[in-house]
Amino acid sequence: MSQTLDPTVDPSTAAVGDARDAGVSVRNLWKIFGPRADKVLGTPDAELSRKELKAKTGCVVGVKDVSFDVAPGEVFVVMGLSGSGKSTLVRCLTRLIEPTSGTVLIDGRDVTAASESELRDLRRNHASMVFQHFGLLPHRQVIDNVAYGLEIRGVPKRERRAKAAEVVDLVGLTGYEKSYPDQLSGGMQQRVGLARALAGDPSLLLFDEPFSALDPLIRRDMQNEVIRLHHELGKTMVFITHDLQEALKLGDRILIMRDGEVVQIGTPDEVVGAPADDYVKDFTSEVPRSHVLTLKWVMRDPRPGDSTEGPVMPCDTVVRKAAQAALASEHPVRVVDDAGNVIGIVDDDAILRVVVAEEESH
Amino acid sequence: MAATTAPPAPARAEPGAAPQEAEDRGTSRLLLVLGVVAVWILVWAFTKGQDTLTLSGRERTPVMDDLGAFRDSVLASRDSNPLIQLTYGVGEAFVAAIDWLQRMVSIPDFPRPVPQIGWLGVTAVATFVGYAIANWRIALLVLASFLSFGAFGYWSEAMDLLLVTFVAVGLSVVIGMPLAVLIAYRRRAETVFTNLLDLMQTMPTFVYLLPIVLFFGIGASTAVVCTLIYALPPLIRIAGHGIKSVSASTLEATDSAGQTFWQRLTKVQLPMARKTIVVGVNQTTMAALSMATIASFVDGPGLGKPVLSALVKSDVGGAVVPGLLIVLMAVMLDRATTAASERGELVARGHGPDPRVHRVVLGAGLVLAAVAVYVSRLYPWAAEFPGTPLRDTAASWSDATVAWFTDTFGGVAGGLADAVSYGLLNPMQALLAESPWWLAGSALVAISAVAGGVRAAVAALVCLGGLRFLGLWHDSMITLTMTLVATLMVMVLALVLGVWMARRSSVDLVLRPLLDMGQTIPPFVYLIPVLALFGPTRFTAIVAGVIYAAPAAIKLVADGVKGVSQGTLEASRSTGATTWQEITKVQLPMAKGSLVLAANQGLLYVLAMAVIGGMVGAGALGYDVVLGFSRSEEWGKGAAAGLSIVLLGIMLDRVMRAAAHHTH
Repeated sequence: MSQTLDPTVDPSTAAVGDARDAGVSVRNLWKIFGPRADKVLGTPDAELSRKELKAKTGCVVGVKDVSFDVAPGEVFVVMGLSGSGKSTLVRCLTRLIEPTSGTVLIDGRDVTAASESELRDLRRNHASMVFQHFGLLPHRQVIDNVAYGLEIRGVPKRERRAKAAEVVDLVGLTGYEKSYPDQLSGGMQQRVGLARALAGDPSLLLFDEPFSALDPLIRRDMQNEVIRLHHELGKTMVFITHDLQEALKLGDRILIMRDGEVVQIGTPDEVVGAPADDYVKDFTSEVPRSHVLTLKWVMRDPRPGDSTEGPVMPCDTVVRKAAQAALASEHPVRVVDDAGNVIGIVDDDAILRVVVAEEESH
Repeated sequence: MAATTAPPAPARAEPGAAPQEAEDRGTSRLLLVLGVVAVWILVWAFTKGQDTLTLSGRERTPVMDDLGAFRDSVLASRDSNPLIQLTYGVGEAFVAAIDWLQRMVSIPDFPRPVPQIGWLGVTAVATFVGYAIANWRIALLVLASFLSFGAFGYWSEAMDLLLVTFVAVGLSVVIGMPLAVLIAYRRRAETVFTNLLDLMQTMPTFVYLLPIVLFFGIGASTAVVCTLIYALPPLIRIAGHGIKSVSASTLEATDSAGQTFWQRLTKVQLPMARKTIVVGVNQTTMAALSMATIASFVDGPGLGKPVLSALVKSDVGGAVVPGLLIVLMAVMLDRATTAASERGELVARGHGPDPRVHRVVLGAGLVLAAVAVYVSRLYPWAAEFPGTPLRDTAASWSDATVAWFTDTFGGVAGGLADAVSYGLLNPMQALLAESPWWLAGSALVAISAVAGGVRAAVAALVCLGGLRFLGLWHDSMITLTMTLVATLMVMVLALVLGVWMARRSSVDLVLRPLLDMGQTIPPFVYLIPVLALFGPTRFTAIVAGVIYAAPAAIKLVADGVKGVSQGTLEASRSTGATTWQEITKVQLPMAKGSLVLAANQGLLYVLAMAVIGGMVGAGALGYDVVLGFSRSEEWGKGAAAGLSIVLLGIMLDRVMRAAAHHTH
């Protein structure tokens, strides 16, 4: 497959040009925990590995020189194992954890330079967050938990309750308005967390491993819920997870982190089809490739003698979806780009290589 | 006062430790202590009676005269010293406040022959408050309590005690809540306050009184100030802990919504810590009540006064009724605050009474209370409790009961007293107090060194040096003897009952409510039945101390033993251990942290009581302190005795901790 790799895709600049147009734009973000952490930056120590730095200075690098852009309306997933710095990264975006250096822009506003009140305004009106452990107020009913963000903005009670009731309906909690959080299941509690984040109508939603504490079945429901809400509301989302399946399912693009550093940024098929290093490759080895890879990754260049009878498919068709039609046809599939030009050919062998390799690895 | 300290987790065996060696070390240490004691006895046999530093009744040392002179200079500088002016100003404000409140509810407000609000109005308002903050059962309890105060003829004393308690609790909340927030936010403040509060709780309550009297004069102002000082720590500690324990993820989630500091505090932290805070208020109220009773020693108003004056006259019968009323008040306050903390939750969950009905009842109650207040201002029968129907009956009944009690149990009690006195108390006292001071002192330092290492030895050396300097060596040794004997008794009780409770849940079920109740009763009241049995002797103070300290110690041991992991017990049973082996080889060693804590708490409680017992024949340091209150020329001696008590407390506490640490 490697011969089909498109070398022109540079992951770090793949999405957007100007940072001002981005939903979120992060440049050279650092977070170092420990005594006199700011003194480490700019010295050769900053280049040390995590372990060496810890031994030498007692400081721990949480986020190491991270830059990325998220387009408005995009679902951007940050993925990594525990301790990779992903939760620290998402907290730096709204300065729940104060970054050591670097800049963060949200909707073109410089978060890192914001004053206390500007920051509060940002949190109230522009960016809301959903947490792994929900963080609900146990002494308040669902409806007042959802309305909390509006309450601290000073929205009058009647108005905020009406708005909260709408959002409660939106996340499918109708009928539970008067319940207390501890009377709800984990999945329902996280729906409350989701509703609370949506109630303020922010342009950006941040998710910190929101479904990690849930059962697998409920997790799947909630993932579908997020996809549905994204279709309906079209908000920009930054989603933290340690679950690659979840990342591939939800993400328009995925950022893979290790030890605080960016390992790779790319679309799901780029991450699976062209892992940046052995770490990512190892990570993605268990993924059912036919579910992720598109025809672009398995096609070969057209040759003069190719049959022109076969079915025509766009290049971003997922292999699994193309498989049935391709195998049913006598002729190889012709892959076309957006303009309708034939850019490659996929024969049965290419399809089978992906599907069968998967069968063998299981 | 109830212990607020949670039992520590059972000690874990260190993975690499060699148990055999540890046991050897323990045995050899015991042998060493016995060796020190043997040498001590040997030297004592030749030197006893020399250099014991006994002070006769009115003898004073230069240090005491200096202390007396210090006090005189403080009093003389009353008009110029800004600090004294400040404390006197504050004291006067308290006196004025208490006096105003007293004229409202407890004493005649001249030219009226009766208070502004009569008993009917006060009782109605209190009952209404009981219903409003808790439920109708509490309202009934409050009603019955207030009627008893009047019927037994102690209306104004009971009102005074409540006033002092409430003023102190109110001030505690006003001062304590900001401090609780502070320690929840600032780690450094937390460290400072924890140490300070530890020290405050190590000091026997009685010791506060002397310096406070100096700066605030006797009467209501000192009563309020010392009650406040004693009642403040539990609130700061518990409320601070509650605020700090609010789930970090909830705080982060609500911070991410852009709340201000004030919104965070009032909408998230305080509501979520509400239940813990009310527990803190409960503890503070109980502490305030117990200290407000003791404040009768410095002429503080309240029910403590009749108890004290009866006890001083050894008129036990006369102390019974006011003593029981104090117990009733303690139960009422405890139940009411506990029910109030539970109610909020119930109502919020919709399990409370129908809100509409509740509101109607509240409104009606308010109207009734207002009518009762109005009536009680107009008609004499509603203003002054109509006679004291039960007073004389109660007095003769209590005299008869005390007589019966003494006759019935006096023999057994006398036997117990004799056994402990001749078997333990007298020999120990002879050794400690009749040794030359240098002998007893070096022996104590040596024992501390063996038990607790260098730290313990240094603590003992410093404290004993202080005792020597203050000049009340002989009295200190007697008080130390009483404290050690009582602590030993407490620990025997705690081990037997604690292990029993931990192993049998039925026993726990019966004993625990009794122990809880024992902890809510002000310690002062314990003296009454004990005095009836043992008369004015040092044994009275010891037994009162044991009764006072035992509930907390038993509960600590029971909880500690119960905390031992079931898995370990199962494993030991599977090897065929007998019950005795299981207790001595698994449960007690693993609960060692709790045992040490129980012994430590026991020591401090007992010391506090040994001092209060000074006035009922225990003599020694406690008597010196009481003397300091009553005679101005003896103030120096009283202050020296108070400081000696503090030094004893610190020494016992430090040596104990060091010894516990040392064995690990």
